[in-house]
Amino acid sequence: MPIISRGFKGRKRDDAPRDRVPPGQYVTDDFPVLSAGPTPHTPLDQWDFTIVGEVDEVHRWTWDELRALPSETITVDISCVTKWTKLDMVWEGVPVDALLDGVETSAEYVTAFCDGGYTTNLPLADVTGGRAWIAFAYGGEPLEPEHGGPARLLVPHLYFWKSAKWVRGLRLTATDEPGFWESNGYHIYGDPWKEQRYWGD
Amino acid sequence: MRPETDRVKTLGLEVPGWTGHRAGQHVDVRLTADDGYQAQRSYSIASSAGGSRVELTVELIDDGEVSPYLTEEARVGDRFELRGPVGGYFVWDPNPGGPVLLVGAGSGVVPLMAMVRQRAADGDEVRTRLLYSARSWEDVIYRDELERAGQRGDGLEIVYALTREQPPGWTGYGRRVDRELLAEVVPDELALTFVCGPTPFAEAVAEALVGLGHEPSRIKTERFGPTGG
Repeated sequence: MPIISRGFKGRKRDDAPRDRVPPGQYVTDDFPVLSAGPTPHTPLDQWDFTIVGEVDEVHRWTWDELRALPSETITVDISCVTKWTKLDMVWEGVPVDALLDGVETSAEYVTAFCDGGYTTNLPLADVTGGRAWIAFAYGGEPLEPEHGGPARLLVPHLYFWKSAKWVRGLRLTATDEPGFWESNGYHIYGDPWKEQRYWGD
Repeated sequence: MRPETDRVKTLGLEVPGWTGHRAGQHVDVRLTADDGYQAQRSYSIASSAGGSRVELTVELIDDGEVSPYLTEEARVGDRFELRGPVGGYFVWDPNPGGPVLLVGAGSGVVPLMAMVRQRAADGDEVRTRLLYSARSWEDVIYRDELERAGQRGDGLEIVYALTREQPPGWTGYGRRVDRELLAEVVPDELALTFVCGPTPFAEAVAEALVGLGHEPSRIKTERFGPTGG
Protein backbone atom coordinates (compact mmCIF):
# COMPACT_ATOMS: atom_id res chain seq x y z
CA MET A 1 0.00 0.00 0.00
CA PRO A 2 1.70 3.21 -1.12
CA ILE A 3 1.89 6.24 1.14
CA ILE A 4 -0.63 8.87 0.06
CA SER A 5 1.13 12.20 -0.38
CA ARG A 6 -1.09 14.78 1.30
CA GLY A 7 -2.12 17.48 -1.15
CA PHE A 8 -0.62 15.81 -4.21
CA LYS A 9 -2.96 15.80 -7.17
CA GLY A 10 -0.69 15.39 -10.18
CA ARG A 11 -1.43 16.31 -13.71
CA LYS A 12 -4.74 15.55 -15.30
CA ARG A 13 -5.00 11.85 -15.99
CA ASP A 14 -6.35 11.64 -19.52
CA ASP A 15 -3.47 13.20 -21.47
CA ALA A 16 -1.42 10.06 -22.01
CA PRO A 17 -2.45 6.73 -23.53
CA ARG A 18 -1.75 4.47 -20.55
CA ASP A 19 -1.35 1.38 -22.71
CA ARG A 20 1.65 3.06 -24.31
CA VAL A 21 3.24 4.57 -21.23
CA PRO A 22 5.00 2.10 -18.91
CA PRO A 23 4.53 2.36 -15.15
CA GLY A 24 6.26 5.28 -13.45
CA GLN A 25 6.86 7.13 -16.72
CA TYR A 26 5.57 10.50 -17.94
CA VAL A 27 5.19 11.62 -21.53
CA THR A 28 7.46 14.33 -22.87
CA ASP A 29 7.66 16.12 -26.21
CA ASP A 30 11.32 16.95 -25.70
CA PHE A 31 14.25 14.71 -26.45
CA PRO A 32 16.40 14.88 -23.30
CA VAL A 33 20.08 13.99 -23.39
CA LEU A 34 21.79 11.78 -20.84
CA SER A 35 25.42 10.79 -21.14
CA ALA A 36 28.03 9.91 -18.58
CA GLY A 37 30.88 11.78 -20.26
CA PRO A 38 31.88 14.03 -23.14
CA THR A 39 30.30 13.49 -26.54
CA PRO A 40 32.76 11.70 -28.86
CA HIS A 41 33.24 12.89 -32.44
CA THR A 42 34.70 10.14 -34.60
CA PRO A 43 35.18 11.17 -38.25
CA LEU A 44 33.15 8.97 -40.58
CA ASP A 45 36.24 7.92 -42.55
CA GLN A 46 37.64 6.46 -39.33
CA TRP A 47 34.37 4.90 -38.25
CA ASP A 48 33.60 1.23 -38.54
CA PHE A 49 31.21 -1.27 -37.06
CA THR A 50 32.46 -4.69 -36.03
CA ILE A 51 31.00 -7.90 -34.70
CA VAL A 52 33.56 -9.60 -32.50
CA GLY A 53 33.81 -12.07 -29.62
CA GLU A 54 32.47 -15.59 -29.96
CA VAL A 55 32.25 -15.52 -33.73
CA ASP A 56 33.73 -17.53 -36.58
CA GLU A 57 35.52 -14.40 -37.79
CA VAL A 58 35.38 -10.66 -37.16
CA HIS A 59 32.78 -8.99 -39.34
CA ARG A 60 33.42 -5.37 -40.22
CA TRP A 61 31.60 -2.61 -42.06
CA THR A 62 32.88 0.85 -42.89
CA TRP A 63 30.42 3.75 -42.64
CA ASP A 64 29.75 3.63 -46.38
CA GLU A 65 29.28 -0.14 -46.28
CA LEU A 66 26.83 0.10 -43.41
CA ARG A 67 24.88 2.86 -45.10
CA ALA A 68 24.72 0.82 -48.30
CA LEU A 69 22.75 -1.90 -46.52
CA PRO A 70 18.96 -1.80 -46.77
CA SER A 71 17.59 0.38 -43.99
CA GLU A 72 14.19 0.65 -42.36
CA THR A 73 12.15 3.51 -40.98
CA ILE A 74 10.92 2.69 -37.49
CA THR A 75 8.28 4.59 -35.51
CA VAL A 76 8.46 3.63 -31.85
CA ASP A 77 7.80 4.79 -28.31
CA ILE A 78 10.94 5.19 -26.19
CA SER A 79 11.19 5.05 -22.41
CA CYS A 80 14.19 6.34 -20.49
CA VAL A 81 14.94 5.11 -16.97
CA THR A 82 14.97 8.77 -15.88
CA LYS A 83 11.15 8.55 -16.27
CA TRP A 84 10.46 10.20 -19.61
CA THR A 85 8.64 8.44 -22.41
CA LYS A 86 8.49 9.92 -25.87
CA LEU A 87 5.87 8.62 -28.26
CA ASP A 88 6.14 8.05 -32.00
CA MET A 89 9.85 8.66 -32.43
CA VAL A 90 10.81 8.16 -36.06
CA TRP A 91 14.19 6.55 -36.66
CA GLU A 92 16.01 5.16 -39.64
CA GLY A 93 18.48 2.35 -39.32
CA VAL A 94 19.87 -0.97 -40.43
CA PRO A 95 18.29 -3.98 -38.70
CA VAL A 96 20.78 -5.79 -36.48
CA ASP A 97 19.43 -9.00 -38.06
CA ALA A 98 21.04 -7.94 -41.34
CA LEU A 99 24.43 -7.59 -39.63
CA LEU A 100 24.19 -10.89 -37.77
CA ASP A 101 23.02 -12.72 -40.86
CA GLY A 102 25.79 -15.15 -41.74
CA VAL A 103 27.61 -14.77 -38.41
CA GLU A 104 28.34 -18.17 -36.90
CA THR A 105 28.08 -18.09 -33.12
CA SER A 106 27.02 -20.07 -30.11
CA ALA A 107 26.77 -16.88 -28.02
CA GLU A 108 23.57 -16.05 -26.19
CA TYR A 109 24.41 -12.48 -25.20
CA VAL A 110 25.87 -9.37 -26.73
CA THR A 111 27.73 -6.39 -25.37
CA ALA A 112 27.38 -3.25 -27.44
CA PHE A 113 30.58 -1.21 -27.34
CA CYS A 114 30.95 2.43 -28.18
CA ASP A 115 33.21 5.41 -28.71
CA GLY A 116 33.89 6.91 -25.31
CA GLY A 117 34.07 3.48 -23.69
CA TYR A 118 30.38 2.96 -22.97
CA THR A 119 29.05 -0.59 -22.99
CA THR A 120 25.69 -2.24 -22.45
CA ASN A 121 24.70 -5.89 -22.37
CA LEU A 122 21.67 -7.60 -23.87
CA PRO A 123 20.48 -11.12 -24.61
CA LEU A 124 21.14 -11.91 -28.26
CA ALA A 125 17.44 -12.66 -28.63
CA ASP A 126 16.67 -9.01 -27.82
CA VAL A 127 18.67 -7.64 -30.73
CA THR A 128 17.38 -10.14 -33.29
CA GLY A 129 13.95 -10.92 -34.70
CA GLY A 130 13.31 -7.36 -35.87
CA ARG A 131 13.74 -5.84 -32.42
CA ALA A 132 16.93 -3.79 -32.80
CA TRP A 133 18.60 -1.48 -35.30
CA ILE A 134 21.78 0.49 -35.86
CA ALA A 135 20.10 3.87 -36.20
CA PHE A 136 21.75 6.73 -38.06
CA ALA A 137 18.84 9.14 -38.52
CA TYR A 138 16.17 10.60 -36.29
CA GLY A 139 13.21 12.67 -37.48
CA GLY A 140 14.51 12.46 -41.05
CA GLU A 141 17.85 14.06 -40.14
CA PRO A 142 21.28 12.55 -39.47
CA LEU A 143 21.51 11.60 -35.82
CA GLU A 144 23.10 14.45 -33.87
CA PRO A 145 26.25 13.67 -31.87
CA GLU A 146 24.62 14.45 -28.53
CA HIS A 147 21.91 11.92 -29.33
CA GLY A 148 24.45 9.28 -30.29
CA GLY A 149 25.40 10.14 -33.85
CA PRO A 150 26.72 9.07 -36.20
CA ALA A 151 24.99 5.85 -35.11
CA ARG A 152 23.42 4.36 -32.02
CA LEU A 153 21.95 1.02 -31.19
CA LEU A 154 18.15 1.23 -31.06
CA VAL A 155 16.34 -1.30 -28.88
CA PRO A 156 12.96 0.32 -28.32
CA HIS A 157 11.46 -2.37 -26.09
CA LEU A 158 14.06 -1.81 -23.33
CA TYR A 159 14.98 1.29 -21.31
CA PHE A 160 16.88 3.71 -23.49
CA TRP A 161 20.30 3.19 -21.85
CA LYS A 162 20.32 -0.12 -23.74
CA SER A 163 20.15 1.85 -27.00
CA ALA A 164 23.85 2.62 -26.80
CA LYS A 165 24.97 5.93 -28.28
CA TRP A 166 28.04 6.14 -30.53
CA VAL A 167 27.92 2.38 -31.01
CA ARG A 168 30.88 0.83 -32.80
CA GLY A 169 30.10 -2.82 -32.58
CA LEU A 170 28.72 -5.88 -30.87
CA ARG A 171 30.76 -8.37 -28.86
CA LEU A 172 29.06 -11.75 -28.72
CA THR A 173 29.45 -13.48 -25.38
CA ALA A 174 28.49 -16.79 -23.83
CA THR A 175 27.41 -15.17 -20.58
CA ASP A 176 25.54 -11.99 -19.65
CA GLU A 177 28.30 -9.51 -18.76
CA PRO A 178 27.10 -6.32 -17.04
CA GLY A 179 27.86 -3.17 -19.03
CA PHE A 180 28.44 0.38 -17.83
CA TRP A 181 25.16 1.26 -16.13
CA GLU A 182 24.45 -2.37 -15.35
CA SER A 183 27.62 -2.29 -13.20
CA ASN A 184 26.58 1.02 -11.63
CA GLY A 185 23.25 0.20 -10.04
CA TYR A 186 21.00 -0.31 -13.03
CA HIS A 187 19.07 -3.43 -13.93
CA ILE A 188 20.74 -6.17 -15.95
CA TYR A 189 17.82 -6.39 -18.43
CA GLY A 190 15.76 -3.19 -18.21
CA ASP A 191 12.19 -3.95 -19.27
CA PRO A 192 10.16 -0.72 -18.83
CA TRP A 193 6.86 -2.61 -18.56
CA LYS A 194 8.23 -4.54 -15.57
CA GLU A 195 9.84 -1.35 -14.25
CA GLN A 196 13.26 -2.98 -14.13
CA ARG A 197 15.15 0.20 -13.35
CA TYR A 198 17.69 -0.72 -10.69
CA TRP A 199 19.42 -3.64 -9.04
CA GLY A 200 16.80 -5.56 -7.10
CA ASP A 201 13.84 -4.60 -9.34
CA MET B 1 12.57 22.76 5.01
CA ARG B 2 14.89 25.59 4.01
CA PRO B 3 14.47 28.06 1.15
CA GLU B 4 17.72 28.41 -0.80
CA THR B 5 16.62 30.89 -3.48
CA ASP B 6 13.27 32.12 -4.82
CA ARG B 7 12.82 28.89 -6.74
CA VAL B 8 14.88 26.39 -4.83
CA LYS B 9 14.18 24.66 -1.55
CA THR B 10 16.03 22.09 0.52
CA LEU B 11 14.00 19.34 2.17
CA GLY B 12 15.46 17.39 5.05
CA LEU B 13 14.07 13.87 5.10
CA GLU B 14 14.12 11.34 7.90
CA VAL B 15 14.46 8.01 6.15
CA PRO B 16 13.94 5.00 8.40
CA GLY B 17 16.37 2.23 7.47
CA TRP B 18 18.55 4.45 5.29
CA THR B 19 21.85 2.65 4.84
CA GLY B 20 23.86 5.63 3.66
CA HIS B 21 24.92 6.89 0.27
CA ARG B 22 27.86 8.24 -1.70
CA ALA B 23 28.09 11.90 -2.62
CA GLY B 24 26.74 12.40 -6.13
CA GLN B 25 24.08 9.70 -5.98
CA HIS B 26 20.38 10.39 -6.46
CA VAL B 27 17.07 9.09 -5.20
CA ASP B 28 13.71 8.60 -6.82
CA VAL B 29 10.82 10.39 -5.14
CA ARG B 30 7.40 8.84 -5.70
CA LEU B 31 4.23 10.74 -4.92
CA THR B 32 0.81 9.10 -4.76
CA ALA B 33 -2.47 11.02 -5.02
CA ASP B 34 -5.48 9.85 -3.03
CA ASP B 35 -6.95 8.29 -6.20
CA GLY B 36 -3.82 6.15 -6.62
CA TYR B 37 -2.23 8.25 -9.38
CA GLN B 38 1.56 8.26 -9.05
CA ALA B 39 4.40 10.38 -10.34
CA GLN B 40 8.10 9.91 -9.75
CA ARG B 41 11.25 11.88 -10.49
CA SER B 42 14.93 11.63 -9.63
CA TYR B 43 16.68 14.15 -7.37
CA SER B 44 20.31 14.41 -6.44
CA ILE B 45 21.13 14.02 -2.78
CA ALA B 46 22.55 17.27 -1.40
CA SER B 47 23.82 16.03 1.95
CA SER B 48 26.89 14.08 2.88
CA ALA B 49 26.41 10.56 4.14
CA GLY B 50 25.62 10.00 7.79
CA GLY B 51 22.69 8.77 9.81
CA SER B 52 19.14 8.45 8.56
CA ARG B 53 18.81 12.03 7.36
CA VAL B 54 18.87 12.79 3.64
CA GLU B 55 18.63 16.27 2.19
CA LEU B 56 17.27 16.98 -1.27
CA THR B 57 17.51 20.37 -2.93
CA VAL B 58 14.72 20.86 -5.43
CA GLU B 59 14.28 23.55 -8.05
CA LEU B 60 10.75 24.51 -9.01
CA ILE B 61 10.01 23.62 -12.64
CA ASP B 62 7.00 25.68 -13.72
CA ASP B 63 5.28 23.01 -15.77
CA GLY B 64 6.64 20.22 -13.61
CA GLU B 65 4.63 17.72 -11.66
CA VAL B 66 6.72 16.68 -8.67
CA SER B 67 8.87 19.77 -8.08
CA PRO B 68 5.88 22.14 -7.55
CA TYR B 69 4.62 19.75 -4.89
CA LEU B 70 7.99 19.45 -3.15
CA THR B 71 8.77 23.17 -3.25
CA GLU B 72 5.32 24.68 -2.68
CA GLU B 73 2.95 22.14 -1.15
CA ALA B 74 4.99 19.80 1.05
CA ARG B 75 5.14 20.66 4.74
CA VAL B 76 7.10 19.40 7.70
CA GLY B 77 5.68 16.02 8.70
CA ASP B 78 4.49 15.00 5.23
CA ARG B 79 5.50 11.55 4.03
CA PHE B 80 6.33 10.17 0.63
CA GLU B 81 8.21 7.25 -0.87
CA LEU B 82 11.92 7.31 -1.58
CA ARG B 83 13.93 4.82 -3.61
CA GLY B 84 17.69 4.75 -3.56
CA PRO B 85 20.44 5.65 -3.36
CA VAL B 86 21.00 5.15 -7.08
CA GLY B 87 24.02 5.53 -9.32
CA GLY B 88 27.58 4.34 -9.02
CA TYR B 89 29.43 6.51 -11.53
CA PHE B 90 28.86 10.20 -10.85
CA VAL B 91 30.11 9.79 -7.29
CA TRP B 92 32.84 11.45 -5.27
CA ASP B 93 36.15 9.63 -5.35
CA PRO B 94 38.19 10.17 -2.19
CA ASN B 95 41.36 9.12 -4.02
CA PRO B 96 41.19 10.91 -7.36
CA GLY B 97 44.96 10.94 -7.86
CA GLY B 98 45.22 14.72 -8.09
CA PRO B 99 43.18 17.90 -8.06
CA VAL B 100 39.45 17.72 -8.75
CA LEU B 101 37.34 20.19 -10.70
CA LEU B 102 33.61 20.46 -10.02
CA VAL B 103 31.63 22.43 -12.59
CA GLY B 104 27.97 23.14 -11.98
CA ALA B 105 25.29 25.38 -13.45
CA GLY B 106 22.10 26.30 -11.63
CA SER B 107 20.71 23.43 -9.61
CA GLY B 108 23.44 21.28 -11.16
CA VAL B 109 25.45 22.34 -8.13
CA VAL B 110 23.41 20.01 -5.90
CA PRO B 111 25.34 16.73 -6.34
CA LEU B 112 28.58 18.75 -6.35
CA MET B 113 27.55 20.25 -3.00
CA ALA B 114 27.14 16.74 -1.64
CA MET B 115 30.76 16.16 -2.71
CA VAL B 116 31.95 19.39 -1.10
CA ARG B 117 30.17 18.40 2.11
CA GLN B 118 31.46 14.82 2.02
CA ARG B 119 34.97 16.08 1.48
CA ALA B 120 34.65 18.41 4.49
CA ALA B 121 33.05 15.70 6.64
CA ASP B 122 35.89 13.33 5.85
CA GLY B 123 38.54 15.95 6.58
CA ASP B 124 39.69 15.33 3.02
CA GLU B 125 42.11 17.98 1.77
CA VAL B 126 42.37 16.93 -1.87
CA ARG B 127 42.72 20.11 -3.89
CA THR B 128 39.26 20.86 -5.25
CA ARG B 129 37.98 23.75 -7.30
CA LEU B 130 34.26 24.37 -7.66
CA LEU B 131 33.26 26.46 -10.66
CA TYR B 132 29.65 27.47 -10.20
CA SER B 133 27.64 29.22 -12.91
CA ALA B 134 24.44 31.01 -11.86
CA ARG B 135 22.40 33.83 -13.30
CA SER B 136 22.90 36.18 -10.38
CA TRP B 137 24.15 36.18 -6.79
CA GLU B 138 20.54 35.74 -5.64
CA ASP B 139 20.36 32.55 -7.70
CA VAL B 140 23.40 31.00 -6.02
CA ILE B 141 22.22 28.03 -3.97
CA TYR B 142 24.01 27.41 -0.63
CA ARG B 143 25.81 30.75 -0.90
CA ASP B 144 26.50 31.30 2.82
CA GLU B 145 27.74 27.77 3.32
CA LEU B 146 29.86 27.97 0.18
CA GLU B 147 31.36 31.26 1.29
CA ARG B 148 32.40 29.67 4.59
CA ALA B 149 33.62 26.47 2.92
CA GLY B 150 35.79 28.46 0.52
CA GLN B 151 37.51 30.24 3.41
CA ARG B 152 38.42 27.21 5.48
CA GLY B 153 41.80 26.86 3.86
CA ASP B 154 41.45 23.11 3.38
CA GLY B 155 42.20 23.10 -0.32
CA LEU B 156 38.71 23.99 -1.54
CA GLU B 157 38.45 26.99 -3.81
CA ILE B 158 35.20 28.36 -5.21
CA VAL B 159 34.95 30.33 -8.43
CA TYR B 160 31.66 31.88 -9.50
CA ALA B 161 30.47 32.88 -12.94
CA LEU B 162 27.38 35.11 -12.74
CA THR B 163 26.01 35.19 -16.24
CA ARG B 164 23.26 37.82 -16.13
CA GLU B 165 23.69 40.13 -13.20
CA GLN B 166 26.59 40.84 -10.88
CA PRO B 167 26.45 42.65 -7.54
CA PRO B 168 28.33 45.95 -7.16
CA GLY B 169 32.04 45.41 -6.74
CA TRP B 170 31.87 41.85 -8.10
CA THR B 171 35.32 40.39 -8.60
CA GLY B 172 34.33 36.95 -9.91
CA TYR B 173 33.50 36.13 -13.49
CA GLY B 174 30.55 37.96 -15.04
CA ARG B 175 30.04 35.79 -18.07
CA ARG B 176 29.27 32.32 -19.28
CA VAL B 177 31.60 29.41 -18.76
CA ASP B 178 33.46 28.79 -22.00
CA ARG B 179 36.77 27.33 -23.08
CA GLU B 180 38.72 30.49 -22.34
CA LEU B 181 37.29 30.73 -18.84
CA LEU B 182 37.91 27.04 -18.20
CA ALA B 183 41.51 27.42 -19.31
CA GLU B 184 41.97 29.96 -16.52
CA VAL B 185 40.14 27.96 -13.87
CA VAL B 186 41.27 24.38 -14.47
CA PRO B 187 43.77 23.41 -11.77
CA ASP B 188 47.23 22.23 -12.77
CA GLU B 189 47.51 18.45 -12.99
CA LEU B 190 43.75 18.07 -13.04
CA ALA B 191 42.89 14.44 -12.30
CA LEU B 192 39.11 14.28 -12.35
CA THR B 193 36.19 16.51 -13.32
CA PHE B 194 32.50 16.34 -12.46
CA VAL B 195 30.15 18.44 -14.60
CA CYS B 196 26.46 18.83 -13.81
CA GLY B 197 23.99 21.18 -15.42
CA PRO B 198 21.53 21.61 -18.27
CA THR B 199 22.44 19.67 -21.40
CA PRO B 200 23.90 22.57 -23.44
CA PHE B 201 26.04 23.59 -20.47
CA ALA B 202 27.33 20.08 -19.78
CA GLU B 203 27.97 19.49 -23.48
CA ALA B 204 29.90 22.75 -23.84
CA VAL B 205 31.99 22.27 -20.70
CA ALA B 206 32.86 18.65 -21.43
CA GLU B 207 33.73 19.49 -25.02
CA ALA B 208 35.89 22.45 -23.99
CA LEU B 209 37.77 20.33 -21.42
CA VAL B 210 38.48 17.69 -24.07
CA GLY B 211 39.62 20.50 -26.36
CA LEU B 212 41.99 21.68 -23.62
CA GLY B 213 43.57 18.25 -23.63
CA HIS B 214 41.83 16.54 -20.72
CA GLU B 215 41.24 12.81 -20.86
CA PRO B 216 37.56 12.20 -21.79
CA SER B 217 37.28 9.22 -19.44
CA ARG B 218 38.20 11.50 -16.51
CA ILE B 219 35.32 13.89 -17.21
CA LYS B 220 32.11 12.67 -15.60
CA THR B 221 28.92 14.41 -16.61
CA GLU B 222 25.35 14.56 -15.51
CA ARG B 223 22.94 16.37 -17.81
CA PHE B 224 19.40 17.43 -17.13
CA GLY B 225 16.51 19.16 -18.82
CA PRO B 226 14.88 20.53 -20.88
CA THR B 227 12.10 18.54 -19.28
CA GLY B 228 12.06 17.43 -15.73
CA GLY B 229 9.66 17.81 -13.12
